[in-house]
Amino acid sequence: MAKEARMDIQKTEKAGVPTVPEQTRPGAVYSPSVDIFENDNAITVLADMPGVKAQDLKIDLHESVLTLTGRVTPPNSGKESDVLREYQSGTFFRQFTLSETIDQAKIDAKLSAGVLRLELPKVEKARPRQIAVRTD
Amino acid sequence: MLVRRVWPSRPTFDGPLADFDQVRREMLRLLDAVAGDTFGDVGAGVFPPMNITQDNDNFYVRAEVPGINPNELSISAVRNRVSLAGKREIQREHDRVSYHRRERAEGSFNRTVTLPTEVDAERVDARYADGILTLTLPKAEETKPRQITVRT
Repeated sequence: MAKEARMDIQKTEKAGVPTVPEQTRPGAVYSPSVDIFENDNAITVLADMPGVKAQDLKIDLHESVLTLTGRVTPPNSGKESDVLREYQSGTFFRQFTLSETIDQAKIDAKLSAGVLRLELPKVEKARPRQIAVRTD
Repeated sequence: MLVRRVWPSRPTFDGPLADFDQVRREMLRLLDAVAGDTFGDVGAGVFPPMNITQDNDNFYVRAEVPGINPNELSISAVRNRVSLAGKREIQREHDRVSYHRRERAEGSFNRTVTLPTEVDAERVDARYADGILTLTLPKAEETKPRQITVRT
């Protein structure tokens, strides 16, 4: 674990997305990097969305399609001129299809330091059960 | 001073020419890198990606570093160089999880950029919000542009 952490981070370019519903808002659209994992009780999504404020983040689950949309307001006040520009600010957008049935009422989302943590608990009936075998 | 625009600040990703624009920007970026321009390390492939802007009084360095502890960042400025070092750790989840996607990178980073003029290292301000680090570096007094009035 500690060994992995010592490796240098490789920089990855933000990936542009051809969005399914075409965007009408001007500006670039990027795909956030995500980690998705699940255990017996829940699916967890972690997404890197630097520059997105909580009020500009929209999470939508509709017919088992999860949509994340985060708008970034460019911080530049307009008086500043560019010296070096390596990244662009735009909208983060990504969609996932979820196979498990999600308990929509219990979805929990937390945004801190530009990282979204989304907990999607599975409904009771979708959880795997250990079946005990009885003997006589 | 000549400020070279790396690419138009407003990308056009919509419309039928979007792909061409993307290719054009990529070509410009590669040409700049080959020419070894002062700021030719555009998209240097070094984490974190940075934007640097300036106005009359300050340089502003903004870097996309989501999910780090700002206390573990080490920032130093000397003359016209700014260094940024830190570590991004991704918390280990409980044992019995299976991954569907694993794209977020972790590790350490250490990056130095050279600014066009010297800065006042004593008055550098750093803020971290929403995963973006913003450094405000006041230009050194003797390098600030001065308005010269013409006498008649």
